[in-house]
Formats: sequence, structure tokens, C-alpha cells
Amino acid sequence: MHKKFLALIMPFIIPALLLIFWQYAAYQAQNVAVLPPVGRVLENFLHATDNFIGLGSIPRNIGVSLIRVLSGYTAGVLIAVPLGVLMGYSKTIQRLFETFISIFKPIPPLAWQPLALAIFGVSSIATVFNMPFGQQYVFWGNFKIAMIFMIGMGSFFPVIASVMFGVQNVRQTLIDSARVLGASEKDIFFKILIPAAAPNIINGLRMGLAIGWACLVGAEMLPGSLAGVGYLITHAYELARTDLVITGMICIGVVGALLDSIFRVIGNRYFSWESKTR
Amino acid sequence: MKVTISVEHLSKVFQSQNDLEIHALHDLNLSVAENEFVCILGPSGCGKSTLLRIIAGLEKASSGSVFYNGREHTRPGKEIGMVFQSYSLMPWLNVLDNIALGLEFARIPKAERIAVAQEYLDMIGMSDFGKAFPHELSGGMQQRVAIARALANDPDVLLMDEPFGALDAYTRILMQKELLRIWEKHRKTILFVTHSVDEAVYLADRIILMSSHPGRIKEEFVVTIPRVRERSNPRYGELTAELLSLLEEG
Ligand SMILES: Nc1ncnc2c1ncn2[C@@H]1O[C@H](COP(=O)(O)OP(=O)(O)O)[C@@H](O)[C@H]1O
Ligand SMILES: [Mg+2]
Repeated sequence: MHKKFLALIMPFIIPALLLIFWQYAAYQAQNVAVLPPVGRVLENFLHATDNFIGLGSIPRNIGVSLIRVLSGYTAGVLIAVPLGVLMGYSKTIQRLFETFISIFKPIPPLAWQPLALAIFGVSSIATVFNMPFGQQYVFWGNFKIAMIFMIGMGSFFPVIASVMFGVQNVRQTLIDSARVLGASEKDIFFKILIPAAAPNIINGLRMGLAIGWACLVGAEMLPGSLAGVGYLITHAYELARTDLVITGMICIGVVGALLDSIFRVIGNRYFSWESKTR
Repeated sequence: MKVTISVEHLSKVFQSQNDLEIHALHDLNLSVAENEFVCILGPSGCGKSTLLRIIAGLEKASSGSVFYNGREHTRPGKEIGMVFQSYSLMPWLNVLDNIALGLEFARIPKAERIAVAQEYLDMIGMSDFGKAFPHELSGGMQQRVAIARALANDPDVLLMDEPFGALDAYTRILMQKELLRIWEKHRKTILFVTHSVDEAVYLADRIILMSSHPGRIKEEFVVTIPRVRERSNPRYGELTAELLSLLEEG
């Protein structure tokens, strides 16, 4: 009982200490623009559905950011997974793309900002799909192609790297066993390589989403954005609303952790064999 | 007597990292009759696995050829099955699905292949383990499943690469008995690699003794001791002693 209780409170000790320290520092600072007290930020969460600095409610901003990140992430993943599998499967395809990937990988997603803007301008999902003017257009106009591109770039490289690694490191004995059982090349690909690499693929998807989500603030600094948690932070900073900046940061952290835990649950549930197999 | 597998002038040279040539097999000739049980015996590194892999079609010969029923055999297929030394089960499939894997590749309907898999599961004495995953089994059980998987696919020839190497002595003896029973019942041609003299004498119709560097056949023994072979039989002891002293010579 005592042990269970300890295990239960363990994860909350450090955050609690942090809150105490924050409150103390805020009291010392005596300036809400530098560091507002905990209560100010808490109040923002209690009134999460209010319209903040003309940018709408917190859930709405999170929603906008989520759609942005998920569209960029989906685009990145849709290219990275098949390409990564093919590169892991065929030495020739790997050779074809490896220079390209090793040169582009170290470029941080933020560094793409000017170029993304130059190439895609202010085109958005609304303009790409040629939506008629109206409420729909205004909403989908929030999702600029340049932002989606930056987030996609951020997700792409971790995904492709671990997918390729996963496929390349499938134990040769497994492939050989399938071959002597009469597997066709297609069987090898879909029934051996992909399931055997699945834990690494899931891991890549997880890292990709984490990095895509972390690109949010940078992507939402692009012009033409009028909503989103990243934009909320930037705009709140300009208005010296540090309490809102912190509110936005907490949102990014919590949502990121939740997204990550989805993959952790999937991994534990379906791929527990991986950590238990020699 | 029909020849099922015939190996002619087979050589294999590996290129090692530092550009040295490793002559794993040199001008090896061997033929295996239908339904014959042949054991290949030799010290480790003498090319036993390489020979089996080439016969299976998993590895290319540097020169020479392998014939299966008179036709050159170069690609792996279901007629020539193989049991590997260890860890060859698909870790994401449960035991039944592993055993049924070859039937899945043959596009046999799910219900039918699971029924066949269950039959072989019963045969290896693991009836209750169908839903278990490989990592939940001991090494010996995993190996039994790997054998069941190969048999469920009903190959004509079975290549076995030290399949009992990872088993404890007791399980090993049980498995040897079981394998002979299956072989007699299903009439398969078996090529069985081992480095255990006792195992070869217990199992084989014929023992091929190999020596290394380069790998080649040193001597052949036809074993005529009637089965079930008793280890107390004096001929069993004599043959074992002779093989051991030949192995010691290298
Ligand atoms: N893929 C490979 N690359 C280089 N050398 C190899 C390879 N496979 C086997 N060899 C070498 O060939 C020789 C025979 O190996 P192997 O057939 O595994 O022997 P055994 O099964 O009898 O122990 C050894 O010297 C081994 O190091
Ligand atoms: Mg070997």
C-alpha cells in the first residue's frame, strides 16, 4: 500500500517542485511580464474557452495546430515510409537516395522557412483546393502550404531513417526461412520484411510526430497565420502577455506528450515481442 | 535406387573483409538417394552450413552444381525444406501461425492451414501452445516448432543444420527418436548436419565425414546397425570410436 502510494506520486514530485520554484521566482520578480505567478496561468486554463487576445479559445488554437501538424506529418510519412522500406530492401534504391538524404537531413526544419515561403508563398489548403470564399475558406486558409512543408520536413527524416534501419536489420535467418518455405518475393516483402520491421517503423513514426510537433512554433511564425498555439505564443509575447506564452508552452508540452503516449501504447500492445526476442 | 540430390564439383569461395579468400568448399561431390537419411559430420568451420545453404538454393556456388531430381537447383523453394540452427521463427506470429506459414505462402485457406498446423503441433507434443509466441518458449520448444513448420509444408527433402544443437541432452535424445519416427512414416529424404558423432551414428543411413580448409569429404560410412539403435550395441561403440579418432586427426 505504502509502496503503491509512493509509485503513484513519484511522477508528480518534480513538477510540484517546479511549480513551487516558479511561484517563488514570480514573487521575487514582481513583474507579470517577466514571470507571472502560477495562478495567472492556471486562470487561463480555467477560462480555456474564452477568446484570448483576439485569437480565439485555447481548444480552438490547439485544434488548428493539430490539423497543421497532422497534415504536414501525414505528407512526410506518406513519402518516408514507402521510400524507407524500398531503400532498406534494395541496395540500388538506397544508393540512389542516400546522398540526397544525408545532405538534407542535417538542415533544421526552421532553416527551410525563407525558402518555403519563397516557393509556396501564401498558398494554403484553401487555395490549393480552390475553395469558394466564405467561412470555410477563412478556416482552411490558416493551413499554409509553407507551414505544412516545414513540419513535413521535420517529420520526414526521422521516419525514413528508422524505417530503413528496420528493414535492413531484419534477421537473415527469417528471410531465409521464408524462402525455403516457398515465399515469393512479394511474400518476403509484405509478410516478412514489413512485419519484422514494424517495431522500428512505429518508433520512427513516433519520433517523426514528436519532431513535427516541435516544429510548430517555428512554422506558425510564418506570415498569414492567425491561429494556432505557436502563433498564440508569438503574438502573446509581442503583447507582453507572458502568462499566455507559458499557457501556450504547457499546451504544446501536454499535447506532445499525449501524442507520444498513443504510439507508446501501440508499441507496448502489438510489438512487445520485439524487446523480448533475442 | 533413385538419386534425389546430387552435388557435382561444388566449390565455394568467400571474399572476407580484408580481401582474403576463404575456400569454404572445394570440389565436393555427393549424392543422396530417395528416402535416405544422410548425416554430415565435421568440425565447425568445415563448410557444413555452406553446403546446406547452397543445396537449399540460398547461396550461390562459386563453381559446380546441385541437382534435384535430375534438374539443376538454384533457387529456394518448398520442395527442399530447411531447419536452421536456431531462432528462425517469426517473432510476431504465434506458434500455430508460424507452423502454418508455408501453407500461407501456398495460399491455402486459413481454416485449413490452421487445422494442419494443429496436427503437427500435436505431433511435437505441444498441443496447448498454439497461441504462445516464440519468445515465450524455451529454446528446445522453439526448435520443435521450427521442425513442425518445415514438416507441415510437406517438403520432399529436408535439410537440417544442427537442429538439436541448442537442446539439452535429454530433449535431444527424444527429438532424435521423434525425427526417425517421422522420417519412417513420411518417407522423406533427409540431409542432417551435426558435429556430434553420437547423433550421426544414432540417426544416419550414411555418414559423410568432412574435413576443413578447404571443406571437403574425407570419408563415408554406411551404417548398417538395425534401428532402433542401442547405444550399448558394440558396433555402435566401434563406429563412434573410429569416427572420433578420424575427427581428431582433422
Ligand atoms: N557469408 C560468409 N562470408 C565469409 N565467410 C563465410 C561466410 N559464410 C561462411 N564463411 C566461412 O566459410 C567457412 C565455412 O563456414 P560454415 O559453412 O558456416 O561452417 P560450418 O557450418 O561447418 O561450421 C568458415 O571458415 C566461415 O568463416
Ligand atoms: Mg554451421
